[in-house]
Amino acid sequence: MSTVPSKAKAVVIGAGIVGNSIAYHLARLGWRDLVQIDKGPLPNPGGSTGHASNFIFPVDHSKEMTAITADSVRQYRELGTFTQCGGIEVARTPERMQELTRRISSGKSWGVPDSRLVTPAEIKELVPYIDETVILGGFYTPGVGVVDSLRAGTLMREKAVEMGALQTFANIEVLGMDVEDGRIKRVRTDHGDIEAEYVVIATGCWSPRLAKMAGASIPLTPAVHQMKDIGPVPFFADSRGDIEWPIIRDMDTNMYERQHGTGLEVGSYAHRPILYTPEDIPSNALAALSPTEFPFTQDDFDIQDEHSLELMPDIIGDENVREKYAINGILSLTPDGQSEIDLHSSDIARFREHQKTTFHVKARTAEGFNKTYGIVHPSEQYESNRNVRLSPFNDREKELGAVFFETAGWERPFWYESNSSLLAKFGEAVMPRTSEWEARWWSPIINAEHLQMRETAGIVDLSAFALFDVTGPGALALAQKVAVRQMDVAVGRVVYTPVLSQNGGFKSDLTIMRLGKDHFRVVTGGAHGMADKKWFSDQLPADGSAQIVDLTSAFTTIGVWGPKAREILSAITSDDVSHESFKFSTCKMIEIGSLRVLASRISYVGDLGWEFYVPIEQGAKLWDALWNSGKNHGLIPVGIGVYGTTGRLEKSYRAYGGELETEYNVVEAGMQTPKIKEQDFIGKEAHLRHRAEKPVTTLCSLTVDDHTSSTGEKRYMLGKEPILTLDGGPIIDSHGRRSYVTSAGSAPSLGKHVLMSYLPTDLAVPGSKFLVEYLGEQYPVTVAGVGSTPLFDPENGRILS
Amino acid sequence: MNVLVCLKRVPLAGSTFLLTPDSKDIDTKHLGFGISPHEENAVEAGVQLVEQMGGSLTLLTLGPTEAEEQLRSQLAIGASRAILLETDGEDWDPQATAAALVEAVKAEETQFDLLLFGAESADSAGYQIHIRLAHALGLPIVTNVKSMKIENGIAECERVVGTTREIYQTPLPAVITVRDGLNIPRYPSVPGRIQARKKPVDHKKPTAQVPKLEKVSLSVAPSNTAGAQVLGKGAEAVPALVEVLKTIGILA
Ligand SMILES: Cc1cc2nc3c(=O)[nH]c(=O)nc-3n(C[C@H](O)[C@H](O)[C@H](O)COP(=O)(O)OP(=O)(O)OC[C@H]3O[C@@H](n4cnc5c(N)ncnc54)[C@H](O)[C@@H]3O)c2cc1C
Repeated sequence: MSTVPSKAKAVVIGAGIVGNSIAYHLARLGWRDLVQIDKGPLPNPGGSTGHASNFIFPVDHSKEMTAITADSVRQYRELGTFTQCGGIEVARTPERMQELTRRISSGKSWGVPDSRLVTPAEIKELVPYIDETVILGGFYTPGVGVVDSLRAGTLMREKAVEMGALQTFANIEVLGMDVEDGRIKRVRTDHGDIEAEYVVIATGCWSPRLAKMAGASIPLTPAVHQMKDIGPVPFFADSRGDIEWPIIRDMDTNMYERQHGTGLEVGSYAHRPILYTPEDIPSNALAALSPTEFPFTQDDFDIQDEHSLELMPDIIGDENVREKYAINGILSLTPDGQSEIDLHSSDIARFREHQKTTFHVKARTAEGFNKTYGIVHPSEQYESNRNVRLSPFNDREKELGAVFFETAGWERPFWYESNSSLLAKFGEAVMPRTSEWEARWWSPIINAEHLQMRETAGIVDLSAFALFDVTGPGALALAQKVAVRQMDVAVGRVVYTPVLSQNGGFKSDLTIMRLGKDHFRVVTGGAHGMADKKWFSDQLPADGSAQIVDLTSAFTTIGVWGPKAREILSAITSDDVSHESFKFSTCKMIEIGSLRVLASRISYVGDLGWEFYVPIEQGAKLWDALWNSGKNHGLIPVGIGVYGTTGRLEKSYRAYGGELETEYNVVEAGMQTPKIKEQDFIGKEAHLRHRAEKPVTTLCSLTVDDHTSSTGEKRYMLGKEPILTLDGGPIIDSHGRRSYVTSAGSAPSLGKHVLMSYLPTDLAVPGSKFLVEYLGEQYPVTVAGVGSTPLFDPENGRILS
Repeated sequence: MNVLVCLKRVPLAGSTFLLTPDSKDIDTKHLGFGISPHEENAVEAGVQLVEQMGGSLTLLTLGPTEAEEQLRSQLAIGASRAILLETDGEDWDPQATAAALVEAVKAEETQFDLLLFGAESADSAGYQIHIRLAHALGLPIVTNVKSMKIENGIAECERVVGTTREIYQTPLPAVITVRDGLNIPRYPSVPGRIQARKKPVDHKKPTAQVPKLEKVSLSVAPSNTAGAQVLGKGAEAVPALVEVLKTIGILA
């Protein structure tokens, strides 16, 4: 066996589909001197890749996942390793049929061609061996196919070798990594050490073990996926090649059936979650067959046998069709694997420390496992491992009947049951929802809180904000480099700014307070905070002239907004908080009783008010002070339902992950300022170009004209639905981007349901009419606002009062 | 025709395996379980006999509770019922095992015409239990059978010894131990699996005996799995291939 080179630009560990793909793409991007290592033999080293059923379904509710899948299929086609066979997700229940209409919407929103609903009879035509009487219908995607993943991997390696970029070493195991000054310096193997500038861990279910070697953590867990291969099936006797018949996903039983040559592979995500740790995986030598093939546990498949028999009795009920092979295959799952609400769902920087613990990973993957084919509501909450991060006023909130949703481990009140008395006061203005789907994870109390806040004031728990300080002589330069807006402002100014990637797409949007000449405080959303901090940290100057300190767990934040906010505040502070001496977009230290509080006059909900920052141990005292003062002014607790959705949408405020994402630029989002700062910043060149050209698309706010469905029920869109022309066609801009709903929610002060969507600039005209498709039906909508002009209080009189 | 097949739950090891720290057992932490391959031939023979001649096929095993897994798999192939003599998981010595099996056979209402075993168990290969059982029940026994025909209450069995073939006839009831070549064992079908779940498995507590044989220790023989070596691709590989064929004496 050969020994490894002593030096490399980058070492890729793992020769599964991921490692092979990374090696190939690095080579294509011009990287040279790449070394790839796998502990097993090639071309099938014993990882998950060798067991995969290998199919790809293009439609996912996540835009990001759909895009990644589409690109993968394109690449596999190029390599000649993709076989298109079509696929059908079948429904056994009415709930699933509704979910399939949601699939149709996602397919339209993300531009997956030709997906359509099919009747049981049509399914029978496509798949003659199905018993169509047990299903209600299906979601057919002709573009479904299978990839020969071992062949694809081999080809990718070969291409990288041809480019003179790659050397691959099989049967060599990585045993350790030497870390110096926070970077991996050397990879240690059983055949020698390699010094490397970059190391890529592409070791699938072993990754936590490899990460640990470098003192890092990759939060995923090896988990069992069961599969049975039966045959030979007489019906497939004449089939040629890998696959000819459409793949069936039997969604309600968490199973799939896929023809493979003369056999049928029956897979399941229905069994109890069977989780392991990398230490449980045997070495290649000790594994009876393959390290990632555990003994099949028939008990876990008993019910699945019956379910598959129901669906395909002609094949599965045939006594002469026998089990050829059955495995408990090992694949890896992440703790947020099934989550749709996570932003930037494939960036590893998204994880906070508690989310990397074995406990959290196990709890969440166990909970998510059986949702693999589940009907997951866009706002669905996890049940396991909750109450990890509690604000200092959590007890007060509980007493007020807070209904908590989780963001990055924080428990945040979404609404307060104690406000239910407001429902009678506002009546129909709360826009009640009768359909269970939209009423799930929602309450009309949110809209009541909104309306009351606009009359008096609301107090909002903002503890989940991520905060970090940038300090030192180089702090200003760093802030300038990252922020689009001018950061060389007076101390005490608060700047809301986009943060761009090199190509001018959105990396984030956040608020920066200048607290001193060399002192900036960055405030950003809890969900995305870790990624923002990493982005800032990545730009730190090499000379050490600036530092970043995470203060998320040092400070807590409370917001108070509404017409009465100033009265509530002035009653408990001796500082001058008048409009003249405490201007909008500024911050300063004020005294509230015995507390020194950093108050920042900004607003994300469209009313006068402040965010208050105090050390976390003083949070409860601050809450009480504001609460007690507020009692005389009609102050109510207000949840994130208002802060994140209704207040924001009325004001046409954008949210990162919804409207703002890498695919769109500042001009398209309507966030350009008249002037641009002189100093350089990341993405400036692209941004200047975007300003010079006419935007291809423009972010608009639309209102729904008629909510009535064919059954006479009022329906309310939840987001991600396609916006269509009046004849039902897709709307696609000249860059190929489709119009879809980036955010949706009530605008109670307007009595409207508001949708945000990018529209090709020529169509972005107030009053223009379109359709939105929701759960299989189309509803009329009208462009109410173009660009960032708010629908509610467009002059910002309330904020500036 | 009432057939009994005796089975043993055994670990399915790969090219090499680990021993427990006291070296007395195979460490099964990474291993799956099955039955000994020759026992698969025995079950297949039993299924075929009952298919042809009617009657019943009963499975009998002594082992831990988990051995029900192996019984269910064989029930899925076509046996009618099964008896599990439950132990606490320890391997019993051959004498104790045989005594327990004899006790169970005697307790049966069914009169078995044929008692089939695999030639040996895959893990311990003691070659004792069937002989002890035949002796205790006063039955004739033919071992290592590769082919078998049953007619008019007589079993005609063929066994291969070195390069010779021996043919025996024995009246039933009899004990016969079988090996590979007897038939091609079938795998379960899904309907078979589903039916197997409803078939009876009697759990019984066998009478334990003080073991007379003590296992002192095991050791793993060094494996000589060199692994596959890729000689080359296409025509380029021919010279290397010729070399290899010469070394192993296939080409001169
Ligand atoms: C039964 C089954 C069916 C599946 N079906 C599908 C499907 O239909 N569609 C689909 O998209 N996905 C499917 N999957 C999932 C898919 O197989 C995996 O997501 C994918 O193969 C993961 O690829 P990978 O490269 O990350 O990991 P792997 O293929 O596991 O590769 C990791 C590699 O790292 C190597 N390695 C580990 N530790 C070390 C070390 N210390 N030193 C050197 N090398 C090391 C291993 O030897 C291994 O080769 C299925 C999985 C299973 C088990």
